[in-house]
Amino acid sequence: MTEKKETWGTIKFDGPMATKGYALNKMCYSFNGAEGREEFKKDEAAYCDKFGLTPEQKEAILKRDILALQREGGSIYYLAKFAGVLGLNVQDVGGLQTGRTTEEFKAYLDSQGRGKSNG
Amino acid sequence: MAKIIGGITTSHIPAIGIAMDRGIEDTPYWKDFFAAYPPIREWLNEQQPDIAIVFYNDHGLEMFLDKKPTFAIGCASQYENADEGWGIATIPPVTGETELSWHIVNELVENDFDPTVCQDIKVDHGLTVPLSLMYPGRNYQHLKVIPVCINCERHPMPKPSRCYALGQAIGRAVESFPGDQKVVVFGTGGLSHQLDGERAGIINADFDNECMDKLVSDPEALTRYSNDDLIEIAGAQGVELNMWLAMRGCMLGNVREVHRNYVAPISNTGAGTQLLLPE
Repeated sequence: MTEKKETWGTIKFDGPMATKGYALNKMCYSFNGAEGREEFKKDEAAYCDKFGLTPEQKEAILKRDILALQREGGSIYYLAKFAGVLGLNVQDVGGLQTGRTTEEFKAYLDSQGRGKSNG
Repeated sequence: MAKIIGGITTSHIPAIGIAMDRGIEDTPYWKDFFAAYPPIREWLNEQQPDIAIVFYNDHGLEMFLDKKPTFAIGCASQYENADEGWGIATIPPVTGETELSWHIVNELVENDFDPTVCQDIKVDHGLTVPLSLMYPGRNYQHLKVIPVCINCERHPMPKPSRCYALGQAIGRAVESFPGDQKVVVFGTGGLSHQLDGERAGIINADFDNECMDKLVSDPEALTRYSNDDLIEIAGAQGVELNMWLAMRGCMLGNVREVHRNYVAPISNTGAGTQLLLPE
């Protein structure tokens, strides 16, 4: 076995997480299609039940709790499709996960690149 | 024999496709990024490659977790794009290739790589954004594309060293293919970024620039990183470097860099672009 590193603030989406999150990710995968997105919007809870989400997953969907969704096995690639249904982009989602506003999150991104020399 | 005439690295983030659709390439946020592409387009136009081998990852359009290949290669005459759920416009079909691709499959299996072979797959922004960038106006249908998909979404993922070796095996397969086709290779995605978790938003510009240096002069140094190392240094999606390594592997010998650009942030990423030619 190789030594496995853990990185702060990062849930590694591996086999156990993929197992835990399968139904949740499958639901979010269905958001590729307009039909799935519309059906979800009509009755979010019923759509969660249709895919067999756990109560924890369902609650996190209803609360738009992106970090909880990851702890419950959500992959960021499928959660991005959920974010798309909500009209959020990856900066909005970054802000939600890091306790920043979208503008603050963008400023954080900038501080590591183009904004670096400006202090 | 078929010949690899060059390698191109490029970001593939959806925001690029959306920016092109909106025609905002010249705005302050985007202009430094898009400035990287005219010299590459010019080179493509001069060289007129017949075939492009594109290393990309599928972010959940075709390859859901139900059946997720570690390495997959397309052998189809056409690839469709489709709705990805969050607003990037669907682009017209991509032209495929069925002779060199099957030859590559045969050679890969003979050389102990066992990819999933695909005759009908949809390709997502990982492949379509780079094509749209290289051929504005979606004028790419003359180019025959061989998609090679690498799992960068669910661990376990293939190691950087393995992705590099896959590229080398593909490079040797191209060299052994009877014909006079000119082949260009795209390594897409990257560089440093993290979309998920409390650590979302990390960018490591120093590391990205080091990767671009090493990709030219010492790619094997990059293959000594593990995927866990890349997560730590370059963010959870920094593992997309694997597709750049596969591209570099294809080029086999020494290369020279004729063009480079780096802009961070573009969306949540460090966006690097290179044009490498065989020496």
